[in-house]
Amino acid sequence: MVQNAGKRFGKTEALSGVSFEVNHGELFGLAGPDGAGKTTLFRILTTLVLPDTGSATVLGLDAVRDMWKIRSRVGYMPGKFSLYGDLTVKENLSFFASVFGTTIEKGYDLIAPIYSQIEPFAERRADALSGGMKQKLALSCALVHRPDILFLDEPTTGVDAVSRREFWDQLRVLRDSGLTILVSTPYMDEAMRCDRVALMQAGRILEIDIPTEIGSRYPLPLFAITGAERYRLLLELRKASHAHSVFPFGAELHYTDDRAGFDPEVIAGELREYLDYKGFANVQVKSIQAGIEDSFMELMPPPLQKAS
Amino acid sequence: MSPTLLAFIVKELRHILRDRQTLTILLLMPLVQVVLFGYALRSDVRDVRLAIVDPSPDYATIALRDRLVAARRFKIVSVSPSMTSVEPLFRQGKADVAIAFEPDFAGHLHGNGPAKLLLAIDASDPNTATTMQAYARAVITSYEAEVGAGLNQPIRIIPDTRMRFNPTLESVNLFVPGLIALVLTLVSALMTAISLSREKERGTLEILLVSPLRPWQIIVGKVLPYLGLAFANVLTALLAAWLIFHVPFRGSVLLLLSESLLYAMVSLALGVLVASLTTSQRVAMLAALLVTMLPSSLLSGMVFPIASMPVFLQWVSAIVPARWFIVIARGIMLKGVGLDYLWRETLVLLGMTVVLMGIAVRSFKPRLE
Repeated sequence: MVQNAGKRFGKTEALSGVSFEVNHGELFGLAGPDGAGKTTLFRILTTLVLPDTGSATVLGLDAVRDMWKIRSRVGYMPGKFSLYGDLTVKENLSFFASVFGTTIEKGYDLIAPIYSQIEPFAERRADALSGGMKQKLALSCALVHRPDILFLDEPTTGVDAVSRREFWDQLRVLRDSGLTILVSTPYMDEAMRCDRVALMQAGRILEIDIPTEIGSRYPLPLFAITGAERYRLLLELRKASHAHSVFPFGAELHYTDDRAGFDPEVIAGELREYLDYKGFANVQVKSIQAGIEDSFMELMPPPLQKAS
Repeated sequence: MSPTLLAFIVKELRHILRDRQTLTILLLMPLVQVVLFGYALRSDVRDVRLAIVDPSPDYATIALRDRLVAARRFKIVSVSPSMTSVEPLFRQGKADVAIAFEPDFAGHLHGNGPAKLLLAIDASDPNTATTMQAYARAVITSYEAEVGAGLNQPIRIIPDTRMRFNPTLESVNLFVPGLIALVLTLVSALMTAISLSREKERGTLEILLVSPLRPWQIIVGKVLPYLGLAFANVLTALLAAWLIFHVPFRGSVLLLLSESLLYAMVSLALGVLVASLTTSQRVAMLAALLVTMLPSSLLSGMVFPIASMPVFLQWVSAIVPARWFIVIARGIMLKGVGLDYLWRETLVLLGMTVVLMGIAVRSFKPRLE
């Protein structure tokens, strides 16, 4: 689907030779921090930006040559909810329907699960909606013309946790109805809900796999450590002789040892001794399986790693 | 019209109607401006085109003619025996002032009566008209004094002044056409530029681009509603001018309205062009002010007569659409002339519309870069 696509803006290389393929009916995630090139990639796929190198095909159509054919068949929700704030919910929806030469009624059954939730506010101006409702409206607008593929660029930014979860439930429903969905997200918990995820960083795709597999390829022994005096614990762990990286992770600290293939239990024992020596009481050290976020941290280049 | 385009226009109309404050300002603006503009600026005039009517040339009329030319303010464009040939010159704007001597001017001068002459002035621009009148009278008075002194007896020349087209020298008559141009520029260019760049800023343009909408549809959809608003503004300005200041309306209303629409098209094209070359509402607004409002008010001949501008600015004014529209509007309103006299200016506007619209559609990119 995407072959070696590259894009630079002036001296900045926004996207450097990215290749991947998305299967029909798949919920495909692009995960990565801001500036990873997710938006640029989406804009190439939605024909908004020309790739400097490589090529992209969407629905078997060339993203450059078949621009107009692609445009009538994709649904696109850009980074910010681009709605007309001074138009009502219904006016927004019917406008975007007409732009694609259709009507709300014709697309209703597809958008119903989402749109029915905001339909009581059909006469309200879009500006007066909450973040979650705006998001639902924006998704309805992107879906009303029954696209063959849906592009959602960070669709949950500025939306509360409950709405985010609902939103992802709805994406799964849409996926189950056969729609191909590409979604980008900076949140790893959302990436977990995709069928496959591409980890992106600095214009490159680092890894593509199903979310649970991405962690399994973690190359080094990883430990979850809990204890009091969390901040001092973090600093002391970073000073440990074989420390590769230490990150706060929820209530825990995730410690990665730089000795690949070493017996985790031996390392855990060493760590307990070291921390005991440093004066920490009741410290729990547990060898764990890496998650997607650990992989992501690991895949980040060193300078950024130190900064965080 | 395709339903898609129609939907776009409906959406655009809603934007306009929802923003009550802006709409109120836009609708009241022509009214306020007509009321506020009660004055205009004085101006210096050179190269006044003079038509001479001299049924019986004699030494006195020839001497006076020479003096007028020697004053360097005037240049004679025609000499004829009767007033009838002067009329078309005025209508076509080929003469600014006409001086008609009575028959046997020299005889009257030295005989028993005062010698009479008629001073007719194109007063559709009252500022220049007053100035031209003052020049002509000054030349006549000085001739009178000089000849009188040489003859050792006073002679009398009685100039009878007639202001043509704008007999009461109402400057309101002059500025209403200019005002229409200004209001049309403001609504058409500025508002279109703002409204289009708002779509850019809000990110809605990004969605519109990723849709089957073609650039020309987006532009037409943007432009048409504002054309309607501009039309309403022209009507307001004309009604206000007519009801409050009794500005005469001598020509065809239909022609003036069509010419106004043509001028609005030029401005709209400029607005679209500005919006497609800028990235934010603020920049678009400032750019639109710079390229449309300023030239339209300062270089169009609305306030400062083009004739008194430096040659360089006269050249610049030729590419200001408002200049041509003001000539048209003044011609229709104050002189009552029709297309047969204004076809050149109309063609210029038409050409500008085609060229600017073409550039606007081309510069409106179907992609983000």
